[in-house]
Amino acid sequence: MKEFEPKIIAFCCQYCAYAAADLAGSMRLKYAPNIRIVLVPCTGRIDVIHILRAVENGADGVLVAGCLEGGCHFVEGNFKAKNRVRYVKNLLGRIGIEEERVEMFNLSSAEGPRFAEIANEMTERIKTLGPSPLRRENSTEENI
Amino acid sequence: MIIAEMKPIEEILDMIRSYQRILIVGCKGCVAVCSTGGPKEVSVLGSLLRIARKKEGRDIVIDEESLDRQCEPEFVDLAGDKVADADAVLSLACGAGVQMFAERFQDKVVLPGCNTTFLGVTEELGVWSERCAGCGNCILDKTAGLCPIARCSKQLLNGPCGGSMNGKCEISKDVDCVWQLIIDRLTRLNRLEMLEEIFPVKDWSPAGHGGPRKMVREDLKT
Repeated sequence: MKEFEPKIIAFCCQYCAYAAADLAGSMRLKYAPNIRIVLVPCTGRIDVIHILRAVENGADGVLVAGCLEGGCHFVEGNFKAKNRVRYVKNLLGRIGIEEERVEMFNLSSAEGPRFAEIANEMTERIKTLGPSPLRRENSTEENI
Repeated sequence: MIIAEMKPIEEILDMIRSYQRILIVGCKGCVAVCSTGGPKEVSVLGSLLRIARKKEGRDIVIDEESLDRQCEPEFVDLAGDKVADADAVLSLACGAGVQMFAERFQDKVVLPGCNTTFLGVTEELGVWSERCAGCGNCILDKTAGLCPIARCSKQLLNGPCGGSMNGKCEISKDVDCVWQLIIDRLTRLNRLEMLEEIFPVKDWSPAGHGGPRKMVREDLKT
């Protein structure tokens, strides 16, 4: 049987995680190819609905990657994102979707290796959890 | 404004269990300001319900709409076409809005998505607290602009009671004693002598104890 390859949406802040992903590429670092990056101007731009829509449309996992705490270009966007991620985790948990499918990470633009690590860590986590319950119901359907 | 909070998602899922197509209707009035039933919350709830139903393997079609106000028939009627297509309407308005919907669409199932909680203010983003009990006979002129009906746990008119300690109410250290606040404010205003006036027994009939309330302005009626 073909091994399950998760689809993970990564909302990456342009000032840190996106630049770190760029750096990971420049450094020729190898990391799990399961990450689909969505560039955002700040993680504070990410709303609850963006994360829910990703899950609704079949993402097996969603990660939000923002600046280190205290290092947000817009001062507190990453703290807003942290609260929203926590809120979404709670909502999903209550309808029976594993909270671990959504996670917030913090890193700086200089941390290319850390980005690769996060991508691998999240991919492993989702592989352990298995496909999203939404995709399990329609396993032949490619939703993304 | 009227403050409401979203019902637990489990309760909403249970309410819509037998329906295949629902219309979620938000209100851009009070419930939008308290981040409970505005357009954004309609989208979030819609997405959440679709996820939950998809997970159960029972897809659901959800239409979304947000009206300027759900407490006025002119606005509610605008949703007519979408209401016609739905098996049931899930309203995120306050109780008044839900009932206006039910009145205007007599043969449609209308469900409440929120619990209407109180009349209050925004203390800060994400924090709302009660200020008015709608008692129908305002006494704020006599209590330094702070309402003991809404904010005293015992609704005392001649407080404080013996449970007031260090400015807090005995029910919780997080609840201010409003009579302490009234005294502090009257002191600042140099009007402490106002407390010498004793409030008589309150007439609760305008507070709804005399039956459902209604206001009629003959000059505005058509």
